[in-house]
Amino acid sequence: MNAIKQFFKTWFLWELWLGMSVTGRYFFGRKFTVRYPEEKTPISPRFRGLHALRRYANGEERCIACKLCEAVCPALAITIESEVRDDGTRRTTRYDIDLFKCIYCGFCEEACPVDSIVETRIFEYHFENRGEQIMTKDKLLAIGDTYEAQIAADRAADARYR
Amino acid sequence: MTEFLSPVLGWLPQTIQFLIVTLIQIGIIILGVTLAVAYLTYAERKVIGYMQVRLGPNRVGPKGLLQPIADVVKLMFKEIITPAVANRVIFYAAPIIILLAAYVAWAVIPFDDGWVIADVNAGLLYVLAVGAAGVYGVILAGWASNSKYALLGGMRSAAHKVAYELAMGFALVGVLMASNSLNLGEIVRGQSGSILHWYWLPLLPMFAVYFISGVAETNRAPFDIAEGESEIVAGFHVEYSGMGFALFMLAEYANMILISALTALLFLGGWLSPFQGTFLEPAFALVPGIVWFLLKIAFLLFLFLWFRATFPRYRYDQIMRLGWKVFIPVTVLWIFVEGVFVYFKLGPWFS
Repeated sequence: MNAIKQFFKTWFLWELWLGMSVTGRYFFGRKFTVRYPEEKTPISPRFRGLHALRRYANGEERCIACKLCEAVCPALAITIESEVRDDGTRRTTRYDIDLFKCIYCGFCEEACPVDSIVETRIFEYHFENRGEQIMTKDKLLAIGDTYEAQIAADRAADARYR
Repeated sequence: MTEFLSPVLGWLPQTIQFLIVTLIQIGIIILGVTLAVAYLTYAERKVIGYMQVRLGPNRVGPKGLLQPIADVVKLMFKEIITPAVANRVIFYAAPIIILLAAYVAWAVIPFDDGWVIADVNAGLLYVLAVGAAGVYGVILAGWASNSKYALLGGMRSAAHKVAYELAMGFALVGVLMASNSLNLGEIVRGQSGSILHWYWLPLLPMFAVYFISGVAETNRAPFDIAEGESEIVAGFHVEYSGMGFALFMLAEYANMILISALTALLFLGGWLSPFQGTFLEPAFALVPGIVWFLLKIAFLLFLFLWFRATFPRYRYDQIMRLGWKVFIPVTVLWIFVEGVFVYFKLGPWFS
């Protein structure tokens, strides 16, 4: 009986019809493609994109040059040099992140005691010349200034879980 | 065609008139087939995309409709590289041979009753012969490239084309016995009556064998071991770039269209309306035959794409087994059965 069933299955290409019915169904199914530049997928507040350095509300930069981020960075992408200012506070004179080395692990952000270095939602960026991949202190602070509202909102949304 | 142009060309001698008209017809067919090929590649990417739950090309032009044009421009501007150890003459002759074989067969294809360039009585033989010539292109391309992958691809292709050409030939013998003619127009006229009189039903095994062999003949998935990108990179055309490669692609898709057209003519009643002999016949009486013919070709081409989206590639020995041990016995057996039916005038179809 089984042999007869098998015989008919073989000669009527039964399994092939089954396979074609699957692809035939998907042909009319809903498509999952996101038309990227026009449509975008939602981004989590924890998204780890381009870096930024934040400031306090009074305009003073948060970074105290503790170099914890430099120490924790697994890719050795961060270079920091510091000085003592006239008012006795310690600040960075140089804060470079090499984005070619960076693996966007977010350890620097976790290590930072003053929430200064953060990773933002920005992921659509590019470099056109050599050397542009080094994010200097000025560039990082500028990004922080531009996107402060969103950065603060993202930290606030995630604060409960930290 | 001749009647249309007679006021313009009437003053010319008969031979020259004939020549001009034929040249125009050839031009129309070449242009039509090339355009069809261009949009078949688009259709293929769209259909396979949809079956894989994605959208396919949608960037160039509305809905991606200009994609084939962008592809053609890209291919034309690419550098043509000749391998240093290749046999140059054969290397460049191969894609031309394969393309010629794919186009020349259209001469005997009737698009409607009498709409055919060369109404030869041995049309079926001609199609077989020209189809077989295409294999030379593949083998020569594989050999002249002087590269191991190309040679392997060419050899695989030679073996499986020979295997499936036999099965195809036998399937055509079945059609020949049923229609008593080698003329493609006569074969279609022999199928008139109704959708049940088309040869797909009385020759159902032949139809299946012919179409599946056709898929194999054109090196399409699931029989595309001649390309086998996961094992031998791209097979026989691995050394071709730019327009050389484009000609192979053009020939492959032109062959797909040709096989679909032949299947439509031999088994699906060519230009005949599917509503013949039913109450719907008067409603569709105004539709010209060529529309039915093109619709049938489109349907068969869709099957080609559907197969490609569904089936994984056969292993080499499985292909050989299917060709030699399954298709040829099946066709021979059905030819015998059909012979008995025809000889004793049995059954609803062969009486």
